[in-house]
Amino acid sequence: MERRTILKTTAALAMAMGLMAAPALAQETLKIGAVGPKTGPLAGGAAVTHWPNIALWSKEVNERGGIDVGGTKYMVEVIEYDDQTNPAETIAAVTRLATQDGADFILAPYSTGLNLAAAPIFDRFGYPQITSTASTDRVAELSGQFPNLFFLLGQNSQIVGNAVDILSKLRDAGEMGNKIAMVNVADAFGIELAATAKPIFEGAGFELVYETSYPLGTPDLSPVMKAAKAAEPDAFIAWSYPPDTFGLTEQAIIEDLNVKVFYTAVATAFPAFKGRFGAAAEGIMGIGGVNAESASFQDYAARHTAATGAAPDYWASGMMYASLQILEQAITGAGTIDRAAVAQYIKDNSFDTVMGPVDFDENNNNPAYWTVGQWQGDAFRGVASTGREGAVAPMLKAGWK
Amino acid sequence: MIRSGGTSLALTALVLALAALLPLAGSPYWQSIGISIAMFAVLTTSWALFSGPTHYISLATAAFFGVGSYTTGMGIELLPYWCLPPIAGVLGAAMAALVGLATLRLSGVYFVIFTLGLAELVRQIIIWFQNFSGQKGLYVLTKITEAQIYWQLLGLAALVYLAGWAIGRSRLGFALRIIGDDEQVARHSGINTARAKVALFMISGAAAAVVGAILAPRYVYIEPATAFTPMLSFQVVIMALLGGTGRLWGPVVGVIPFTFLWEAISSSFPNQTTLLLGVCFLVIVYVLPRGFVGLIEAVRRRVAAREGVA
Repeated sequence: MERRTILKTTAALAMAMGLMAAPALAQETLKIGAVGPKTGPLAGGAAVTHWPNIALWSKEVNERGGIDVGGTKYMVEVIEYDDQTNPAETIAAVTRLATQDGADFILAPYSTGLNLAAAPIFDRFGYPQITSTASTDRVAELSGQFPNLFFLLGQNSQIVGNAVDILSKLRDAGEMGNKIAMVNVADAFGIELAATAKPIFEGAGFELVYETSYPLGTPDLSPVMKAAKAAEPDAFIAWSYPPDTFGLTEQAIIEDLNVKVFYTAVATAFPAFKGRFGAAAEGIMGIGGVNAESASFQDYAARHTAATGAAPDYWASGMMYASLQILEQAITGAGTIDRAAVAQYIKDNSFDTVMGPVDFDENNNNPAYWTVGQWQGDAFRGVASTGREGAVAPMLKAGWK
Repeated sequence: MIRSGGTSLALTALVLALAALLPLAGSPYWQSIGISIAMFAVLTTSWALFSGPTHYISLATAAFFGVGSYTTGMGIELLPYWCLPPIAGVLGAAMAALVGLATLRLSGVYFVIFTLGLAELVRQIIIWFQNFSGQKGLYVLTKITEAQIYWQLLGLAALVYLAGWAIGRSRLGFALRIIGDDEQVARHSGINTARAKVALFMISGAAAAVVGAILAPRYVYIEPATAFTPMLSFQVVIMALLGGTGRLWGPVVGVIPFTFLWEAISSSFPNQTTLLLGVCFLVIVYVLPRGFVGLIEAVRRRVAAREGVA
């Protein structure tokens, strides 16, 4: 045999062995696709809620030896893509994960719009899509069209309804009056919450003494707060986004707004909110909340802080981590990486998560979630929920010192 | 293109027919890239129809695209889908006419700034309206498949080419080239420059609106922030410039490599995507100021010159 032929044969053999070995190795690893904004308008929110939890979860799974699938341990390999907060890029990235990267499972993207843009692709390839940042009032219709689409975060009507309930109870107990100042940011979520809230407040017999909206990104909110103060409300409600949640609270301190209830929406649950306002944050209400006394949440918060250098927020962070736990438990429980079996397992079973037990209803919706939280001491504690345990009694806002 | 009109039409038809076979290959990945190429092929070509000869840089693509998306988003529950893209086209043309009449008497940077602001203006109007009605986003839940979207885009591309070809051979096309060379001269030659520019801007706007209408079912959920993303306007300009706007087929020559470049960067550098795209923009403008068309023609000229010497 000529030397060249031997070389060729050896090379061919090595290649063939390599080809045979490659699938054997791949059997021990699960490829998990992750898509979300690293740039664009939603990058800031995703950097708090989305990416840190993925990093934490994959690190923990691999440290404990992987995911158990029918007795075999699978390590996870996360493939991340930046969708630039652009639905076209989300679609492209999920398609790429499904077809080019051969992802075994794909994590739900970030936000309502990007999740819904990706839903047809998840559906087409049969991936379960467990959303933790999508909020919609058309759950039944969506899960009818996309049977593997799950919703953890909860509905706006409940979030608003529970907030109104708390105010009604305080009023009926004689602890506060009947007058409400309500403002909202003129953008997506703020618009919808305000529109939902107005008839509920009026139906509950409250008087809206001041009502306005302001554009997203308004730098000076002092006219809003001055006008609200002049109307002498008993409660101040803002359906706000992160920048104006901070801005309105700051103005309320400056104006020394004298109300019994002060409520701001998104970002009130951020640890940075407490960090910024310190003792003045005491008694402020907002969307979200957790059972701060539960051991599983405290443990999660500690691990999150240790692994990512930042504490989780008290609303969507825990939900995002819960979505990862549900996926992992469903893969183990189904004992297979067959996606249809895993999706069916998610529908049929209850899951133990850092937010408590999760059991999806017939519309793939999580019926039990925190709706209103309040800063009490060092934590943003849940004061109202749709069936969670550990709610604390709401307290009145007592000054800004 | 003007001289060999018939051949170029036949060639275009052949290319489109071949492109139409893509969904039959059955790869969802290539289908997805195909949609991206078809979408930008229409947007850049219709953009270059107007901006190529007149040298007016329009950043209004996102405004027209968004209006088209919203036409489908609002109309899908009232009307059958097939009549929505034409309605979007009419609305896009009407908006272009309004904007054109107001601004095309301006030239240079005033026009650029106005078109950039237009997308933001329309977006704010929709947000204002939403704040009024209390509705957040629009759902477009249909059974339209990716292949059907792709074929619609190809059909639209054929229409845009035909329009471009016809305009290139018409008095209007001639008038526009004169305007591009020197508007003063054009006006003195008796050309109604404003009317010519508005007519072309309307075609360009209508095409972009129809693209938005066709793509709305793909995005399922329409909200102002994503329907009116300014990024789209810049992508269209950079792709058209990469190709070159002097020829009808020029922009497509830019779209295809740029889509692959975009895909390569997105998949290989998930943490630096935007940064690297910015670098690519700079490189394109510095290295290829006249686009691939300019490069191809320079090479052709050099070859011709060498043959002349020999």
